[in-house]
Parts: sequence; structure tokens; C-alpha cells
Amino acid sequence: MADKSSANAYWAANVRIILISLAVWFICSFGLGILLRPALKGIMVGGADLGFWMAQNGSIYVFIALIFIYAKMMNKVDREHGVEE
Amino acid sequence: MDQFTLNLIVVGFTFAIYIGIAIWARAGSTAEFYAAGQGVNPIMNGMATGADWMSAASFISMAGIIALAPVGGYTQSAFLMGWTGGYVLLAMLLAPYLRKFGKFTVPEFVGDRFYSKTARLVAVLCLIVISVTYVIGQMRGVGVTFSRFLEVSTDMGLYIGAAVVFAYAVLGGMKGITYTQVAQYIVLIIAYTIPAIFISLSLTGNFLPQLGLIGGYAPQGGEISMLAKLDQVVTELGFTAYTADTTNMFNMFLFTMALMIGTAGLPHVIVRFFTVPKVADARSSAGWALVFIALLYTVAPAVGAMARLNLTTTFWPGAKEGSALSAPALSLADIDSKPELSWINTWKATGLLEFSDKNGDGLIQYFNEPKAVADANKKLAEATKALADAPADADKTPLEAAVAEATTARDAALAEAKLGDKTLAELGFVGNEVTKVDNDIMVLANPEIAALPGWVVALVAAGGLAAALSTAAGLLLAISSAVSHDLIKGAINPNISEKGELLAARISMAFAIALATYLGLNPPGFAAQVVALAFGLAAATIFPVLMMGIFSKRVNTAGAITGMLAGLVFTSVYIFLYLGWFFIPGTNVYPNTPDQHFFGISPLSIGTIGAVVNFVVAYAVSMATKAPPQHVVDLVESIRVPKGAGKAVAH
Repeated sequence: MADKSSANAYWAANVRIILISLAVWFICSFGLGILLRPALKGIMVGGADLGFWMAQNGSIYVFIALIFIYAKMMNKVDREHGVEE
Repeated sequence: MDQFTLNLIVVGFTFAIYIGIAIWARAGSTAEFYAAGQGVNPIMNGMATGADWMSAASFISMAGIIALAPVGGYTQSAFLMGWTGGYVLLAMLLAPYLRKFGKFTVPEFVGDRFYSKTARLVAVLCLIVISVTYVIGQMRGVGVTFSRFLEVSTDMGLYIGAAVVFAYAVLGGMKGITYTQVAQYIVLIIAYTIPAIFISLSLTGNFLPQLGLIGGYAPQGGEISMLAKLDQVVTELGFTAYTADTTNMFNMFLFTMALMIGTAGLPHVIVRFFTVPKVADARSSAGWALVFIALLYTVAPAVGAMARLNLTTTFWPGAKEGSALSAPALSLADIDSKPELSWINTWKATGLLEFSDKNGDGLIQYFNEPKAVADANKKLAEATKALADAPADADKTPLEAAVAEATTARDAALAEAKLGDKTLAELGFVGNEVTKVDNDIMVLANPEIAALPGWVVALVAAGGLAAALSTAAGLLLAISSAVSHDLIKGAINPNISEKGELLAARISMAFAIALATYLGLNPPGFAAQVVALAFGLAAATIFPVLMMGIFSKRVNTAGAITGMLAGLVFTSVYIFLYLGWFFIPGTNVYPNTPDQHFFGISPLSIGTIGAVVNFVVAYAVSMATKAPPQHVVDLVESIRVPKGAGKAVAH
């Protein structure tokens, strides 16, 4: 990396994407799956309440989506900052 | 063809494939031995990671751990979220930067980033404790699976398994292990999915078990959901509702977090991401790994719930269409005569299922004894045993009086305890007559319960072995590379030649297999509890030190070493307080019961707090001491950008 400020901007973009992704990660698993489950008992996903479904299946789908979206966004950020391989 | 021959053919065939791959994928260099030459396609690596990660416990036990827990199936969701959510942390916080770093082992990164041989050696220590404790269970799993399906002793099964791992791990190193793991993944996922699809079709009419979990209950025309039916049946029998809320939300939170951080900190999982060609591949490969893991992990809760419902309605035929107690319980005569129930006696013979007709009515009543009844029954059993054990010439009057007294107390408890609107005395029950339902039966007996053909049973045997062997191989590689690369090359003989190091790696692998086999044959009494230690330590030591190494330029040698040691000591001491010092039975300071846990935090969940301790100590110590030198700051800046990763540098 030749340019220090460009390197800092790249890293800041990465950290920002990570923070947003981890917020979603937290809300879907710890939030909907554990902490908010009692409050959301009325919302059903098929035969399961939302919290139960998030804890046993839903959050896993969200995790997969998060990783691929992160990978895709970072590939774009890599190119914008000229640091792709 | 009988089942035994079929098992032998299917298992023999899969083993032939593994050995064939090993010969094809021999490692010629240390780069191939440690990191498969960094040329593994990210999707293939994802599959290999899936097999590496999913152990015998995931394959055989997890569905039962969820389905049969006394606290209900929901609370056990911590395992499902915890063992998958860690991949998000890996993909974003560790894998891409460690791949960019481009060397072979986790301790090597710790040593370079914290410019200290001591830090590297502390990391080696943590890695070896984590991986050795983990591998004992895998070797045990290989032996047990062999003995169940192939009519050999557990020990003989262990020797055969060790010989197979030896062949492909010593020969092929990471390269051989990676490609065999791809094959093992395919075997284990097919073996897991086929019985799951059949049980889902029969109970809910849904082809996909994931939809079956939230689907309607087919025998009643789908008007009631499968989960509601399960809740109804188990609560009628006195068990906790399957979807009941957790009684300790704080602990469930911490336990889920400990499993997530622990997963992201397991060295044998991290090194899998050193094998892909590019940084971008490390990110997507974590996604692919989770896709392949999710194929099993989203099916497991469905298998668990449905197998539990199936088992319960088998013992209470009335529960199929109405309430559990609307018809008499399953009779011994039916178990012995009906071909579709022959699996009950098959699994009774293995000791995974136990039942006895305590009240002598020819029926087997399966229910949850209220605590008062359970206690009274225990006292009665003790009194009866004392009477039976008394010498022939002894005065038996006081013993007989004790039995009579215990019987009166038990009958009073039965008249008190209710199941539905009737007391146990009115129902004529004296106690739960299904005395053991092992967790493993939820997966192992599924093909027979669903009356699937013999080759599916054989496939489940091969799948269980694939799951155990692939995880064992990954762990053994992590141990042997820590010894040959971090100890021998890193500390003892830095001038060792490439050829010499490769030989050293193979010899350490052979030693690691011998050690694992020995520990598998003579498992320490604490084998079951050490899993808690493995996850807790990974969460409290490896994960924080790696994350700070990447995300902070300020954390220095002193911070890293004190942080790791603080996490290590804090976590192990808390576990030892409840499970005994170094797991020696009887040396625990407090009984391991929820009411004795500090703030309700179980020893399983303490890794989360250990990680926080590590972060805080490392940061505080670093701020109080000198900042890292410029070349380390440059190193951190270089691993943060993907450009220029290329092939690994061996030196």
C-alpha cells in the first residue's frame, strides 16, 4: 500500500461493514432467538413461534447470507481501493 | 444379505476411497503438508471444513442432545446457533487476514505479531490442550461406531480407525486430509439426510425436514402443527414442553456466545482457511463451509423433534391421534411380536434403550416421574436391595420393616402425584418404565424406526465413521504441525531443512496418532467434561489474541501473554471449581448444580467471561507498557489488505 490515507480509508470501510454485519448477526441470533423470544410469542413461522424458529433454523440462514454478502461487498471495496489480488 | 455383511461392504468401500485419495494426494513439500499448497478451491475447502468441524458428536449425538434434554428442546438451541454463528466471526474477524499473513500455523502468527517466542509457545500450549482433549472423544467415537455396526470390540475398532487415519494423514498431510474430508463430507451428509427425509415425510408430509419442523402433524391431517403436537404429548406425560422458554436466559446467552467464540478460536478450524489460494477465497470459503454445515445443522433439530415424537407415540399408541393417555401403553407382547417394532429389542440389546415392566401389567409406561415419586422409588429400591443382600442367617425383621415403610411412602407419593387429571395411583403406574433413552438413539435408530432398507442403516454406520475420522484427522494435523513447525523449527532447530521438517511433521503426526489412540483406549474419567474446557479455552485464549493481533496496533508482547494466561487461568479455574481440580472426581469445591453457579453461569458458558477477561487484561497491560515496534505495525497494516498475498512464505 503506497498511500497511507487510502489504506486507512480501506480499513475504515471494512470495519464499518463488519460492524453493520455483526449488528444483524447479534439481533437475529441473540436478539430474536433468545432475548426477545418471550415478547414475540404471537408471531408464527409455520408451526413455530418466531423466536423458536430463529433459534433452531432461521439464524443459521441469516449467518450464511451475511458471510456471502460480506464477501461480495468486500470484493467491491477491494477493487475501489485497488487492493484486490 | 444380512445387515452385518452390508455394513461391512459399505464401510469397506468408503475406506477404500479414503485410502485411494491418500495415495493420489501425497504431500511432497511442507507447504502441501501444512496447508495443501494453498491451492484448494474455496467450495471444496468449505466441504472439507464441514467434515472437519462436524464430529461424531454432531452426527450421532446432537439431535438427541436437543430432543431429549429435560429442560426442553428450545433451550438447547444454544448448540445450533453457537456452532454455526462462529463462522460469521471467522469470516469477518480472522480468516481473511490470517490467510494474507500466509504462514502455516496459528502459533506462528501469534509469535510474529507479538514478536516473541514466549507468546508463540503459550499459543502452542493452548493449542495442544484444546486439540488433545478434543481428539480423545473422536477416537472414542470411532471405536464405539465400529463396535455397534461391525461386531468388533471398541478397542479393535479404535485400532482399525487409527490405522486408516495413519495411512492418509501421515502420507498426505493437509492435502490428503482435505481431499479425504471432501469424500467424508459427502458420505456423512447423505447418511444423515436420507433417514431425515423419510421421517419428515411420514410425520408431516414434507419432503424437506426443515419444512417438516414447522409443518403440520400428518397423522391428524395437519390440523395441528408438529411442534404443538409434540408439546401436547410430552406435557401430558409430565415432561417440560418442547418449546418451553429457557429458565435461565442469561446463561443461555453466555453459552451461545462461548460456543460461537470457541468455534472461531479452534485452531484446527482456523488452519483450514490457510489452504485457499486468495484472501477473497478465505471469505467466501467460510460461507461455503457454513452452507455445508447448515445442511446438517438445520436438519438436526427437525430430526430431534420428530424422532422424539415418534418414540413417544410408539410407546403411547393413543397419542398418534389423540391424547397420550387415551389408550393403554405399548404392550410387551406387541414389542416381541410386531415386526415394525423389532427395533425396540434391537436397541435394547445395545444398552441404548432400557425398559422394564415395574408394575407387572404387561405394558410399558413411559412418562416423567415427579421428583417426589422418583425419590420415593429410589429409597424403596435401596431398601429392597439391602434386604436381598442380607446374609441368610441375619435378622431380617428391621430390613423387612424398612421395605414396608418405603413402600407405604412410595404409595403415598403415587397417590399425591398427578398426570393430567388423575393421580398415578389411580392410573396404576408405579414409575417410569422406560429407564434409559440414550441421546445417540435419535439418529442411529432412525432408519430402522422408519423401516428403511438395510443399505441405509449401513450408510449411517459409514457416515458416523466419516464424521469421527475427518475431525480426528484435522485435530491431529493441528497438533503435529504445532510440534514440527512451532516447536522443532520455531524453537529447537530453526535451521532444519525443508526435507527434514517434512519428516519431522510425519513423525509428529505418527506420535500424535499413537497418543490419541492410547488416550482413546484408556479414556481419562473426565472425557465427557473436557469438551467444555476445549471450547472455553479456545474462546478465552486463541480467539481474543488473534483478534487483537489484527484489529489493534497497540497490543504488545506483554499484553498478549498476560491476556492469554489470564483467560486460560480464569476459565480453567472456574471449570475446576465445579468439575474438580484437573477433573479429578471429588475435588470440586462446589456441586455442579444451577443453584450453586456464580450468577447462574454454568462452567460450559464461562468461556465468554474468560474472553472478556483476556481482552481487558491484554489491553490494560499493553497501554501501561511500550508500544510495538514499527516492523510489527507494518505487519498489521500489511495483513489488513488483500493485495500481495500470493503463495505462502515458508520462512
